[in-house]
Amino acid sequence: MGQTISEKILSNHSDHKKVYSNEFIDVKVDLAMSHDNTFLVSSIFSKIGKKKVWNPKKIVIVLDHRSPANTSISAEKHKIIRDFVRTQKISNFYDIGEGICHQILPENGFVRPGMIIVGSDSHTTTYGAFGAFGTGIGATDMAAVWATGKIWLRVPETIRFDLYGNLSQFVYAKDIILYIIGKIGSDVANYLACEFYGDIIHNMSVDGRMCISNQAMEMGAKVAIIPSDEITSKYIQSKTNKKFDEFCSDKDADYKKIFNFDISEIEPQIACPNKVDNIQPISNLIGKKIDQAVLGSCTNGRLEDLAISAKILKNKTISKNVRMIVVPASRQIYLKSIDRGYIKIFLESGATIINPGCGPCLGLHQGVLAENEVAISTTNRNFKGRMGSVNSKIYLASPATISASALKGEITDPREVKL
Amino acid sequence: MIIKGRALKYGDDINTDVIIPGRYLEITDSDELSSHCMEDLDSKFFYKYKKGDIIIAGKNFGCGSSREQAVICLKQIGIGAVIAKSFSRIFYRNAINQGLIIVESFEAVDFIQNMDELEINLDDSYIFNKTKNQYFKINPLPAFMQNIINHGGLINTIK
Repeated sequence: MGQTISEKILSNHSDHKKVYSNEFIDVKVDLAMSHDNTFLVSSIFSKIGKKKVWNPKKIVIVLDHRSPANTSISAEKHKIIRDFVRTQKISNFYDIGEGICHQILPENGFVRPGMIIVGSDSHTTTYGAFGAFGTGIGATDMAAVWATGKIWLRVPETIRFDLYGNLSQFVYAKDIILYIIGKIGSDVANYLACEFYGDIIHNMSVDGRMCISNQAMEMGAKVAIIPSDEITSKYIQSKTNKKFDEFCSDKDADYKKIFNFDISEIEPQIACPNKVDNIQPISNLIGKKIDQAVLGSCTNGRLEDLAISAKILKNKTISKNVRMIVVPASRQIYLKSIDRGYIKIFLESGATIINPGCGPCLGLHQGVLAENEVAISTTNRNFKGRMGSVNSKIYLASPATISASALKGEITDPREVKL
Repeated sequence: MIIKGRALKYGDDINTDVIIPGRYLEITDSDELSSHCMEDLDSKFFYKYKKGDIIIAGKNFGCGSSREQAVICLKQIGIGAVIAKSFSRIFYRNAINQGLIIVESFEAVDFIQNMDELEINLDDSYIFNKTKNQYFKINPLPAFMQNIINHGGLINTIK
């Protein structure tokens, strides 16, 4: 019987020759990523009784969630993490200011097709954009991976998304994935692998693909795989000389379900409070007042996202009623944005630039919301209280939509902005 | 194993941000951290729950962030079990790894009402609603996961 991409990658990492959906297996992990929650992972690891991690070269630690430390308690935790990294000889350590884990890993050649990558962060699905099996786990699972280099998994069934049609102007990867989540719901992919196909995916940039694989976590995806192709190879080869295995699904692979979506008619999409599957086309929300606009995150803080925003904001001024916060996803993206003049455009338009990291996405610092405030954001979650006050509201949208909205001070269709 | 407690009923898609909001995650004292458990979902939760209470929820309980503190807090305050129509994947693993009792049952969730007195019998695989005198059959956990729980969580299993 044919296999899906996930079944092939998992077979390649297990003792069994061929594995199929719903089997429980142990697999060897190629890479284990943790961020600020390394503090919790390391304290659980210390209870296992092993002095050394299984392979320090296969562990990457990135401080991005509270970056720089926002309180003395966070500072103490960061200090303990730095000590742990030194003691364990984990050389792949990225301290505050380098960027968000899900940008740092691909950017530095850690992510390659066919790998199994676990991260103690739910948006580890991002690595599916490179044909890798990337999945989020908790702190205890991660401590066990550090000790053994292995993890138990249930081989997931796969749902397949076939997308067709061409996108309208000012409609992007973010709009596609929000549209899909709105159509099928927040848990349709729970426990399941996703595979994405279609010309629109095949022709999509790496930045766009990462947005899709990242945001797909919000429909429950265990992994969100975009089959690797020449765009993937070109990107990977620009980052590393390491070899990789590419997998494609067999013609007779068994899919739990196949969804077909025509995306040619969709307009910019918005996820309304407080659920990511609460999707409306932008035309239903025009004129909704906003207090803050956020451009950034592991979903949409990449060069292409900043380029779109800069194009819209160029020679214009952000509404005096709006705080716009721009968070480049990494130091490299920040530097390229300076070279290309985006940062100057942001500053001249009235936006505030903050250092690479998670920024205000999870309500810890750098732009938390007050009571009854409304934000429009390119981040991936709009849960109650996520970005600050429990009585604030978050609308999720593309970089183009949040930028057009920042100019006017209300939700605005980017197609109406004069460039 | 038999778990007895009152039902505290909530809806679908209860995410880990509302189980334990991000702004409290830096707190290291587990009692203090847990005092904020479920706060963004129900501001009175901490005052109305009793040790041993059983949370009843709809689909996709524990969705969102992988933060294991969501499970740790529910356990710390003495929640007896969570019965939901379905659990989000990472929360489910975290619960098994930490030894929080979780039970999936579509039917039970539909019929149980807030404050009903419940009994979960894991040995004989049923939920008994004492208030309404109703029984619901439940599927036992796969042997693989039961083994982790029998060891008292994942860390003890691999020690």
